[in-house]
Order: sequence, then C-alpha cells, then structure tokens
Amino acid sequence: MKPTDTSNPEYFHKVVDCQFACPAHTDVPEYIRLIAQGRFSDAYIENRKSNVFPGILGRVCDRPCEPACRRGRVEERPVAICRLKRVAADHKDDIVDRLPTGAPSNGKKVALIGAGCASLTVANDLRPLGYEVTIFEALDTTGGLMRTNIPQFRLPPTVLDEEIDYIVNMGVDVRMNHPIDSLKALLDDGFDAIFVGTGAPRGKNLEIPGRYDSDNIHIGIDWLESVAFDHIDEIGDKVLIIGVGNTAMDCCRTSLRLGATDVKVMARKPRGFFKASDWELEDAEEENVEIIVNHSPKDFVIEDGKLVGMTFELMEYKVDESGGIDRGTVVGEKMIPCDDVILAIGQDNAFPWIERDIGIEFNDWDCPIVDETTMMCSRDGVFFGGDSAFGPKNIIWAVAHGHEAAISIHKYCQGEDLHDRLPVGVNLSSQKMGMHEWSYSNDYDPATRRLMPHVDLKERFKKLDIEVELGFTAEQAVQEVERCLNCDIQTVFAAELCIECDACLDICPVNCLTITENGDEADLRNRLRAPAENLEQALYVSAGLPQTARVMVKDEDLCVHCGLCAERCPTGAWDMQKSKVLIPYAADNQERASGNS
Amino acid sequence: MSYIGKPKVAHPKMPKNDLGLTARDYEGTVSTLCAGCGHDSVTAAIVQAVFELNIEPHMLAKMSGIGCSSKTPAYFVSGAHGFNSVHGRMPSVTTGANAANRSLMYIGVSGDGDSLSIGAGQFVHAIRRNLNMCYIIENNGVYGLTKGQFSASADIGSKPKKGEPNQQEPIDPVSTALSLGATYIARSFSGDKEQLVPLIQGALLHEGFSLVDVISPCVTFNDHEGSTKSYAHTRQFYHHVVDADFVPPAEEIKAAYAKGSAMPVELHDGSKIVLRKVDEQYDPTSRASAFKYLRERFNAGEITTGLLYMDESRQEMHDLMGNTRTPMCQLPLESLNPGAGELKKILNRYR
Repeated sequence: MKPTDTSNPEYFHKVVDCQFACPAHTDVPEYIRLIAQGRFSDAYIENRKSNVFPGILGRVCDRPCEPACRRGRVEERPVAICRLKRVAADHKDDIVDRLPTGAPSNGKKVALIGAGCASLTVANDLRPLGYEVTIFEALDTTGGLMRTNIPQFRLPPTVLDEEIDYIVNMGVDVRMNHPIDSLKALLDDGFDAIFVGTGAPRGKNLEIPGRYDSDNIHIGIDWLESVAFDHIDEIGDKVLIIGVGNTAMDCCRTSLRLGATDVKVMARKPRGFFKASDWELEDAEEENVEIIVNHSPKDFVIEDGKLVGMTFELMEYKVDESGGIDRGTVVGEKMIPCDDVILAIGQDNAFPWIERDIGIEFNDWDCPIVDETTMMCSRDGVFFGGDSAFGPKNIIWAVAHGHEAAISIHKYCQGEDLHDRLPVGVNLSSQKMGMHEWSYSNDYDPATRRLMPHVDLKERFKKLDIEVELGFTAEQAVQEVERCLNCDIQTVFAAELCIECDACLDICPVNCLTITENGDEADLRNRLRAPAENLEQALYVSAGLPQTARVMVKDEDLCVHCGLCAERCPTGAWDMQKSKVLIPYAADNQERASGNS
Repeated sequence: MSYIGKPKVAHPKMPKNDLGLTARDYEGTVSTLCAGCGHDSVTAAIVQAVFELNIEPHMLAKMSGIGCSSKTPAYFVSGAHGFNSVHGRMPSVTTGANAANRSLMYIGVSGDGDSLSIGAGQFVHAIRRNLNMCYIIENNGVYGLTKGQFSASADIGSKPKKGEPNQQEPIDPVSTALSLGATYIARSFSGDKEQLVPLIQGALLHEGFSLVDVISPCVTFNDHEGSTKSYAHTRQFYHHVVDADFVPPAEEIKAAYAKGSAMPVELHDGSKIVLRKVDEQYDPTSRASAFKYLRERFNAGEITTGLLYMDESRQEMHDLMGNTRTPMCQLPLESLNPGAGELKKILNRYR
C-alpha cells in the first residue's frame, strides 16, 4: 500500500467515528470532554455550532453517532453520546450573549417555507450574515414535526421554545398561520432565494377493506399532531398500532397516556427487521407495550358500523446467510379485537402547492430533483432541505441540509459558483504535556454505560407532558464521558524517526500495530498481529522505515487512543495529536470571500 | 515507564490457547524500563512463547539477579513463581530450586553484567551441571542501571555515549557456552521476534541447560552511532545461519523445506525443532565447526544468530546424579530423610 495521506482531512475525520457518522459532523469528543470538565456552557456552544438544537437533539436525536461509536466495537455498548448532549443543555448558564446575532440587512431577502428544523437552521446561518429572513408557517406555532409529532413526554415544549427562540430572536420574521398555496405566487414576491423546508407531512395510508368504514382508524402523524394541539384527548381501551417505526413508538406510548390499557404494536416482520431504533423499542416495552411480530394486516373488522378488530395474515419468513429476508409466506389468519387503530407505516412528501410548470423537475416519486451538494433544485434560487428534500430522514439530517443550503443560498445571492465550496479542513496539534502526561484523560475506563434514570412507571402516565427521562446528573455524565475513547486524539506516526524497537507493538493493548513488509491491502490485513476484519476501518500505513524498509501498519478499528504507543516510543515517532475537523459554514464562506481567512 | 498501566481491554478476537488463556493473561505489571528498551521486546517474546506453549502459569518459575534485565520477570506471567536473587547468583538459586522441584519450568533472565562479570562463575557452573533451565541473557554491552559503563560483552572499538572506545576483549556468552559443553545455544535479537519466539520455546522445552543470548539494545546508553550493540548496527550486521521453527508435540511438520537445508530434531516431550540452515556449510551439531564458524564471522564483524548448537543426547543434572523423577519436594520426609541409621550404612559402604 501507499503511505497513508494524513494531510487529507478526510483521513483523520473518518477515525472519529461518531463525528463522521453525524450528518452535521458534530465534534462529539470535544464537547463531551467539556461536559466532564463541568464546562457545560462551552460544551453547549461547541455543540450548537454544528447541530443548532443541543437541548432538543439531546433528547430525541436518532443518534447515528452511537452505532458508529468505537466503544461499541471494543466492548458491548457505545458511549451515551446523545444524552450527554442533553446534560450540556440542562446544566448550562445563560448563554444568550454568546450566540450569533443578526446583522444589519445586506439587502437580500430569503423566504423559508415551514418553521421546522431545516428552515430554522438556514435562518440561524443566514441572519448573522445580514440576510432578511422570512419564515412562512402554516400552523400557529414553530418547530414543525418536532412539535407536532414528538410527544411532550419525550420533548418538553419549553426546550423547543428556548432553542427556537435563540434563532427567531436574531431578527427572523416568522409569519404564523401563513400556508403557502402557490410557489409560483411566492416566486413573484421578490425574494432573492426560497428555501423549502416543509417536511414529509403526509402519513402513508393502508388501503385495505374497511379502511373508510370507521372514524377510529387514524393516520399516526396526524393523530399525534391532534394530540399535541389538544384536539384529541382520549382513545379506546384496546389500541393496535400498525407499523414498528419510531412514529409507531410515539403512538403507542401516547395511547397509554390517553387512557388505553391494552396497546399492541403489530409488526409484519420479525425482530431485527424493525425500523424503530433499539432504544425507542426499549422505552416502549418498558411501558408494557406488546410488540407482536409476523402479522400482516388484511382487513378491518366492522360490526354495526363500529370497529371491533383487525384481521391479520400470519407470516413466516426465511432469512438467508447474509441476513436478508424474503417476502414471506402466509401460514394462517387471526382476528385481533380493538377499539382504535393507528397507522404508522411511513410518511410521504407532498407538494400540491408547487406548480409543475415553473421549472422545478420532479422524479418518478413526485419529489423534486435536488442536488445533494448544493440542495438546489432544477430552478435556480429554489432550495430544499430536511424531509422535503430526499424523503423522511431525521432532525439531524435536516440540520445538516440546512447548513449546506445556507452556504448555497449565500453563494447564490452573492453571484458565486455554488459548487466552489470551502473544503473540509483539519488542524492537528500535539497533546503532549510532559514525559507521560497528555492533555486528555488517556487511561481506559472499563465502566459500563450509565443507565438513564426514568420517572416511575405509575407516575409518568398521570399526565401527557411528564418527561420520562430525568437526564444524567453531572456525576453520571463525568463517568459516562470517561468511557469515551477520545478518537479525535490521533496517533500520528513519523516514519523517519522510527528505530523499530517494537516498544509500541508490545504495549498496544489491542494489538493494532504491526511492523511488516509492505503489500496490498488484502494481503496486509492477513498479516497483522490481530485480525483486521472490519473493512470499513482504514489501515494507517507508514512510509518505509529507515533501518529495514518495512512499514508500520496500524489497524484503526479498535484503537483505544490510550497513547501508550507514544509514551513508549523512545524517539517520538508516535505522537498523540488532536484533530480538529473544520466544517465550513455559510459564515466561513463569507469570510473567505471578503479575504479574511 | 508510563503513569498508566496497560489498559485491561483487549482485541475481542484475540486467540486463546489450549488452556483458554489469551496472551494478555501471560503479562505482568507494566515495565518501568526506559521507553524503547530491547528488554521489553524480549519480555513480549517470552509472553508469546509461554502463551503458545500452553504453559500453566503456576508451573513456571522466573529467576533473576540484578540489573535492568533482572527486573523484567516482573513484567511477564504474573501468575508464575519468581525469585529475584543477589547480583550474579541467579544460577545457584535456580540450581537449588530445581534440585528441590524438577517439575517446574525454569526461566532465568540475566544480563551481560549479571552473567559475564559478577556472576561469571555461577554462569559457567550452571552450564557444567547441565541445569535444566532456559537461561536468557539480555545483552546490551553496557551497565544501563549505573549509567552506561561498558560491560564485559562490549566489543573492541565500540564507542560509548561519552568517553573513550572500549579496548578490552569481549566475553562472548555463546562461545563460552559452546566451550563449556552447553546443550542448547542460541543467539537472537530483541528486534526479531519471528526468530526469537521459537528459540525461546525450544529453550524452554530442551532438557538441560539452554542459553539464549539476545542482543537487546540499551536505548538510552548504547544506541548511538559507533556502538556495536545499537538497533541500527545489529540490523546491519545481522547474520542468520540457522533459523528454528518450533513444532508442538501433536502437530505434524507441515511447512515445506528445501532438501538438505532442514533438520528436524525431536525434543524430550515429543515436540520438534526444525533447524533451517540458511548457510549450508554450517553444522549446528558439531561443536568444533560451530566454534570455528563463529570466530570467523565474529572477526568479519558479523553477528551470527539462530539456533547455533544443539545436543539432545546429554543428560541434565538430575539424570546425571541418578535422581528420582518425582520432584524431591513431593517426596515424603521418610524417603527424603531416611535417618541416621541409613546414613551410617551408606558411609560404611565407602570405608
């Protein structure tokens, strides 16, 4: 293999698994270290740079960072990154004077459609640059799906209000109760750019017999919205939830709080093929929700105009060696009685308000074709983000889209090439403080993942808005942060200094280092001192070593970043250096344009 | 040394040996030697060797004297027995221990000072007795613990870090052992575990005295230009003559060897050592030719390494003395000490 090009920022970025997996590339190790130091406000501000809503996402993020966390490969469970974020939000001081502020108008006007997380992120990035930002919202409240679809027992409205206000108070003109019925009309209103952040507002329907013969069959996201706005405050005793995604989890738990006593989540497929995140399943099952597998809906049973149950086909599946599942075969049929049914089988985008003759191309699924880098559609000056861009994803993706769209909108308004974007950068700085001292807590802490304390099972059902998770205490947070492997503190190797004494190989607790003859990657992976079977993790290969021309190879997969290779190195060939990945935002693009960077 | 211990976290797919242990289970406390010391690599090689041999930790005894080298038994196999003796007296303490309990496996770790100066007399007599032990000399040519004075193994002309080059003839432990009739003699280098690990395994299983002389550079006092025991010098003048592959008892010899160059030698426990001759002229079973070869190469400035001499036919100490196979420590007192009457009878036989 050729020597690894560590000057390419992507290399070290990829080693920081959590940050790399996060769509918004939040600098996780950095902000959780700040939490452990009790610097909650600093942690919050560091976090907010990229993810904009630390308090909200610290409760309800889909946490792509956690499955990626290296700790989960070294032992069983990843660091509880998401809930640590909440600690920073819960314990911070008043940080208002540290937030970016709106700047005097630069004369450019931008319209944002929908007051959800994508639009709010765009506003957050553009107001400090002087853009006049107007948000058009159909409802009488901000937050979009974060408010209407996420139950209050998971995300208290006060948390939403606080973080949304930080943005609105930058001087954003929010027009509530102002649905946009025609994009064509809005285009004529003289805005310099338009951003569409309207989400995926249409819940999928289940067109089977009996669907329209009862009022007790609800579409999940509409039903959650009605609950959020107090239009619905009760439900029957027996409730069936169709589908087993995260919306289904919110529906079943909300049903319990509206008086249901027997809630079943009906899954077409077996466990392991559910769409819901593991932790959301856990939380629902803790509340005694029953999850019934291998039941495929057949029809609604209506007697005397009243919904009395649903018939399901009982399914059997074959799972192949690679974990794929077949379409299944029907092996029987069963009626399950119920009073209400909630359909939570997915969402679609819907754009009835976008005219099809204004230069916006739509694909086969009736969704606009959007450039994945610039977030612009085929009509110049119209941008998309969040669920409305590429279908339902999650909040943190919407935030990432918002940041990118803001860069594009800025460039578009300044007449710059949208594709000429600042690249991701990286700064490396040595963390050596003394002979055997590092600026970070380098010892491996064998502690297991802290458990999130919950409100007592009886207590939590008394009201709809009792937040179930209590949040980590500062002490629990410190213990949890110690589990972090500090993957951003990189092992950086200078081949020319190596005397091949083997000290680093001998001390490495996970045997990730090898000195050997060079070869191609497949060959090298077979010759390392420990199996290097995780092909998604890179091999770090040095230039030829001075004495024998062999190479130093590091398998990044399981490195615990303890720094012992660097401590045992007599010549300083290994060093522990912090990689600070520099993610460019709209403001950075402006700085470059004005020659300040 | 490091402030933190080696973290108790391991690669989840670390191999396990027949006892269900991983190599990590054969480690000791974290080394307090200088970072980059060759001795730490020898320690790692011992860990690997003992792990692969499926040795039960409590069946191993780690013996040492004084010096940087002699600290290292603390850094491997925490579960083994150990004795850290007076300077240079490791061989006699091992003789005593072995006399009492021949069922243990004895590994002595010594240095060029401990074995070739203060303990030279002890070293040569352990060989003469053919004491059943693996004797490792971590040889770096200097007294590291007292700041780098030349030891008895320093080569003529080798430059110290400060001061004048060495003028005295070095004592070569390999030639010494050869002349004294040692039955397993190897030399290796701390920076070449591929060679070193099987040599240690053979030495541990060989019945009788086995010497492994390991060039183990002193990274602090003897790793500069002009030193003949530095990493760079050793690598430059390194000369394999006979490599050894260790083959455990139950396994067949699978690797293909060129005819004439490979020589399997069976050890007492049924395992085999396959001697791979890199130099066709070399005969590792002839003391005379081995001695000649070593001198020639030494004069040419080369460091001859590998399994240099082996003789499985000679008896070790207990067998020479006709001792019982049962370890003496396990004999009941009445057989170990038959009493004054029996002693009188024996003495009468010689009157």
